[in-house]
Amino acid sequence: MVWVLTFSCLAVVFIILFYLFKMGLGSLNWALFSQGPKPVGETGGGILNAIVGSLIVVVLATIIAIPIGISAGIYLAENRGRKLSDWVALAVDVLQGIPSIVIGVVIYIWIVKPTGKFSAYSGSIALAIMMLPPIIKNTEETLILIPTTLKEASLALGASYFRTTMKILLPAGIGGIFSGCIIGVARIAGEVAPLLFTAFGNPELIFDPRKPVDTIPKVIFTYASSPYDDWHRIAWGGSLILVLFIILLNTIIKIFESRWKVQF
Amino acid sequence: MKSRWRVLENKIFVKWLSIIAIVTMILLLIFFITLLVSSWPAIKANGFGILWRKTWDPVHNNYGMLPFLVGTLITSFLALLISAPFSIAAALFLGEYYPKGAIPNIFRNVIELLAAIPSVVYGFWGLYTLAPLVSKLELKMNLPAPGVGIFTASIVLSIMLIPYSVSLIRQVISMTPVSLKEAAYALGSTRAEVITKVIIPSNISGISAGFLLSLGRALGETMAITILIGNSPEMPHNIFSPSYTMASVIANEFTEAVGDVYLSTLIEVGLLLFVVTTIINLIGRIIIKKVSY
Repeated sequence: MVWVLTFSCLAVVFIILFYLFKMGLGSLNWALFSQGPKPVGETGGGILNAIVGSLIVVVLATIIAIPIGISAGIYLAENRGRKLSDWVALAVDVLQGIPSIVIGVVIYIWIVKPTGKFSAYSGSIALAIMMLPPIIKNTEETLILIPTTLKEASLALGASYFRTTMKILLPAGIGGIFSGCIIGVARIAGEVAPLLFTAFGNPELIFDPRKPVDTIPKVIFTYASSPYDDWHRIAWGGSLILVLFIILLNTIIKIFESRWKVQF
Repeated sequence: MKSRWRVLENKIFVKWLSIIAIVTMILLLIFFITLLVSSWPAIKANGFGILWRKTWDPVHNNYGMLPFLVGTLITSFLALLISAPFSIAAALFLGEYYPKGAIPNIFRNVIELLAAIPSVVYGFWGLYTLAPLVSKLELKMNLPAPGVGIFTASIVLSIMLIPYSVSLIRQVISMTPVSLKEAAYALGSTRAEVITKVIIPSNISGISAGFLLSLGRALGETMAITILIGNSPEMPHNIFSPSYTMASVIANEFTEAVGDVYLSTLIEVGLLLFVVTTIINLIGRIIIKKVSY
């Protein structure tokens, strides 16, 4: 019984991936990567604008999330057992379970409404909030594995707490911290819900984070619900690219976790 | 001079850490206040009646979200029900049958691949493969056959929940004390008996917390469901009916909402979703934490 059910889970994975590859591989061509969308009715075109848009939004989100996430992680690792740390840790856990669309609504109220326009950076802020929980938890879990003797040796040499953290703690735990950041990127790379009313969408090729941009998952959503076969084809290509990218990130995480694990 | 700067930078660093920690902690509270303030006009205009009125008619400023509430609850619970046996089985397989080794490790990675697929791709896949099958099934049952609806959305949602609940439940199951299991085996129990009479009962609160957290995720799942549920703001007649969920009504109507009350009402839907998922996650996390020690 357990065997049958477990194997059907595995079968489902293979069915989905098989279908994705079957539909996606056929639509991968150079135009997909090098062109923007064509007007309705014309066939061909690609998702260059969405690839650029996704890069802008995700890179910006990562830049925002990493310093905040790592700082909160350091705080949690260094202040274990305090009441405040327990509350922070619980809040981080709960934050992980908040629906992404709600975060989109909040950012809409905070940024899009006051500024009066959709923008890539507002989408990045929404995604950065979603990236925080994995970064914070990985930083905390990595740093508590580092022996206190290492820290004490540095402090005994007269290095300040700040220097010790920067030069001893973080370099020693860089593997785990880095994999936390990648988990965060993998979590947000396929998100649409928080971008619907922040980064919005834009058929033009845009490099300015103050303007609305298209992202790959947003294009998949728009094209999937359209009646045009050619758009479906492009959406399959986009889906395959996206899934391969996230699988690549997961593989990097696995390698990091096995090779760079904190060991003393 | 230099040493004074070092003292200062150290002080700034320590302050920065505490500030970040406190901001992270009250972020949820800030979310709540933001949503509450922005939905206040709607809360005043709609009253509590919005929870049980059945018509959603933005044109005449007549808002009732009962169809979304029902749609959300049915879809989520159905998905949880479908995925539960699979999740428990896979969790037992990975946590109890073969906790270590190369092949189970591969299995675990394969199941985790399900989490690598974005929600919108699930929706697209479901629309292409599952919806036509469901449509055929509906024809056989003499029902209207759009193919999309609660049933299709629930099946896809149940697949999406599997990696999440498997990892939570596996964690709980693998913490069963070995002495407990060995005692049961020593009394002559079979493996099936150990599972049904020792492992599951002794971990029941942890397993329930795992499902509770999965439910929280199901309630807020947006994109796949928006593509597959059929987007019909009417009360569902059966589990094949097209319906609507709270998250997908926000996704579809938010950017098109004209008028302050309409937008504010959609934010009110978001507020309700936020409050419910926060409570579910709080309870789930607290139980999991208690079980872990």
